[in-house]
Amino acid sequence: MITYLGVHKSYGEHAALTDFTLEVQRGETLALIGPSGGGKTTVLKLANGLLAPSRGTVLLDARPIDEWDRQELRRAIGYVIQQVGLFPHWTVERNVGVLPTLEEWPPEKIAARVNELLTLVDLEPDRFKSRYPSQLSGGQAQRVGVARALALSPAMLLMDEPFGSLDPLIRAQLQTELLAILKTVEVTTILVTHDLTEAFRMGTRVAVLADGKLEQIGTPAELLSEPRSPYLKRLIKANLLQVQP
Amino acid sequence: MRPRVLFQLAIALALPLQGQTITIGSKPFTESYVLAELMAQLITSQTGIKVDRRFGMQGTFTSFSAITDGSIDIYPEYTGTGALAILKSTDPADQGLDSLRAKFKRLYGLTWLEPWGFNNSWAIVTKQAFAARHNLKTITDLAQVAGVRGAFTHEFMQRDDGYPGLIAAYGLRLAEARGIQHVLAYDALAADQIDVMDAYATDGEIARYNLVVLQDDRSFFPQYLATPLIRLQTLEQFPGLASILNRFAGQISSEQMQALNHEAALAGNDYAVVVQKFIHDRTAGELVSRVEPRSPLLRQTRRHLLLTGLAVLFATVLAVPLGIVMVGRPVLSRVVLGVTGVLQTIPSIAMLGFMIPLLGIGVKPAVVALFIYGLLPIVRNTYTGIDEIDPHLIEVAHGLGMDRWRRLIWLELPLAAPIIFAGIRTAAVIAVGTATLAAFIGAGGLGEPIVQGLSFNDPAMILSGAIPAALLAMVIDAVLGWVEKRIARQPVGPG
Ligand SMILES: Nc1ncnc2c1ncn2[C@@H]1O[C@H](COP(=O)(O)OP(=O)(O)OP(=O)(O)O)[C@@H](O)[C@H]1O
Ligand SMILES: [Mg+2]
Repeated sequence: MITYLGVHKSYGEHAALTDFTLEVQRGETLALIGPSGGGKTTVLKLANGLLAPSRGTVLLDARPIDEWDRQELRRAIGYVIQQVGLFPHWTVERNVGVLPTLEEWPPEKIAARVNELLTLVDLEPDRFKSRYPSQLSGGQAQRVGVARALALSPAMLLMDEPFGSLDPLIRAQLQTELLAILKTVEVTTILVTHDLTEAFRMGTRVAVLADGKLEQIGTPAELLSEPRSPYLKRLIKANLLQVQP
Repeated sequence: MRPRVLFQLAIALALPLQGQTITIGSKPFTESYVLAELMAQLITSQTGIKVDRRFGMQGTFTSFSAITDGSIDIYPEYTGTGALAILKSTDPADQGLDSLRAKFKRLYGLTWLEPWGFNNSWAIVTKQAFAARHNLKTITDLAQVAGVRGAFTHEFMQRDDGYPGLIAAYGLRLAEARGIQHVLAYDALAADQIDVMDAYATDGEIARYNLVVLQDDRSFFPQYLATPLIRLQTLEQFPGLASILNRFAGQISSEQMQALNHEAALAGNDYAVVVQKFIHDRTAGELVSRVEPRSPLLRQTRRHLLLTGLAVLFATVLAVPLGIVMVGRPVLSRVVLGVTGVLQTIPSIAMLGFMIPLLGIGVKPAVVALFIYGLLPIVRNTYTGIDEIDPHLIEVAHGLGMDRWRRLIWLELPLAAPIIFAGIRTAAVIAVGTATLAAFIGAGGLGEPIVQGLSFNDPAMILSGAIPAALLAMVIDAVLGWVEKRIARQPVGPG
């Protein structure tokens, strides 16, 4: 579905991504883990054309990203950014309805879709529709962000730490909800996370990205039984320590 | 009486352009107001011509620029000023009327009518007691007295035809010679803190304080004969006008003008009535002129709001798009902020002065000047307002595939609106304050009574413009502040 071929990305002198090659298969959920600054967000932005590779190619359905036009891309790819990024001056309804509005859907159809999406992310439409982002809790805002990205039923979903900075219980609950959603809507997903449990729980495959390099990729079982990436090893060890009483 | 009436009828018939308007200007001091009003009443009492009064224009430069570009048709000027300040000629021959008329016709298309008679040159004045004690009649007498303390206007101290020339011509040696504000000099003289000062020969204060004018026995001071200065074109258009305006030619003495200035200053706002009475008395009741009702506060306030409103509107229309375009263009923003910043530092009076050669006098140049002052706050706030929007929101907009226009209308403008509006509010408050100076270039507004009050040295008159202007600024600030808060509070959605 999406393919990175020998991609380099540098910001000025600093290389954020080096010789990155990866193929995300249709229907899978690829969990992307790695240390802060490892290049995870960069990988996502290369997928939806917010960034262009310095070298190499990124293909969506075998077509280079830069050959897609903006409208095609927004229909094909939903993007949930790390900072949530709801428009503060719009109600939840307008935020969730922004893509259909851009697509010039008739208002009734937009309203119906917004209800559907809010229900999907477990927010009661009548309670939340007319709120502003400042009137939402962190978790509610992140769910609205997910709903916004799903509005046009994209084939591909890019999620950059959608549950970052949430307390563990809510986080677990949201993971369950998201798994259910991903099953319902059948979408290819790249999910960025810092959290090992989350990656193993959500990902059909897990990729480890540190210092701009792909250190290891495989199913959760493969990674657990045979961790090669130094970052992964440290992460597993730290998690075991945490779990032991 | 009968021939007189016929004469007037003849004049009226000779003026076919009934209902046309003549614009009369004046400088910002009492005598100029009085003479301009005198001309205005002479015209309106004998013809059907309408008179547009643009009194209190800032100085010779403004008045002269206004008459050469046709913004005004007539104003009272002084022969000495014509030669020294306008022609910049030190040749004494140029101070004669024949030479002045020839040169002004050739260079400017203007002419000088007949002088009213008095010579409002500089004079050296002292108190009666001091003159009596030292037996002073002339400036030559003054040169014999030791230990004389003097205070003079700053302009007099500077000019060659002022203090430096005077002491050279008479061999004067004063114990003290300070620069001082003219009105304050009269107080200093009254309090015996100084012995002599410079004055205009027809200052109303000379009569009020009962002062002695020392004779310029060596004819050092150039003559300053007050005379109507008029456009030749206006004379052609209104053939009988010269004889109407020359009605009191050679008939007003320095003492009479002093008295008239004195009365006018006392009358303050009603100085037009003093002029009306003067015309009535001097024509033995033949000419009964009408006094125009004073410009009411409401009209001045409306004009003030018009000047401010237009200026802020135009500034907004230009500066908001400019601020938008500047975002992400550091070179352009530095240039624009630099240029508008420099424009901001130009003193208002100078700015209005620059406008005159380009746009004449009146509303147009005033609005343009106020517009220029409005640019910086609006352009700066638009730029920072948009520039400081959370970059993640812009990134989301890109991710959603919004085009430039949608980003602007849906995100950038609404999110920056409170800051942009704060800039507009600043611009409006600056404009309300600065617009009081627009009266100096004949644009009217609440500056009118302020300028007139300054000319008449009448604090009450100044306050009658300054207080409403201050109130207006406060009201506008409060109203716009309220709107600003609402904009900040109430988010707006798409479509
Ligand atoms: N616009 C930019 N300009 C310069 N450097 C950048 C820019 N964006 C990212 N970087 C750098 O590129 C590297 C990778 O950044 P990236 O945002 O992809 O990391 P990340 O893995 O998403 O980190 P985190 O987990 O903290 O979000 C980092 O070192 C970062 O400092
Ligand atoms: Mg990141």
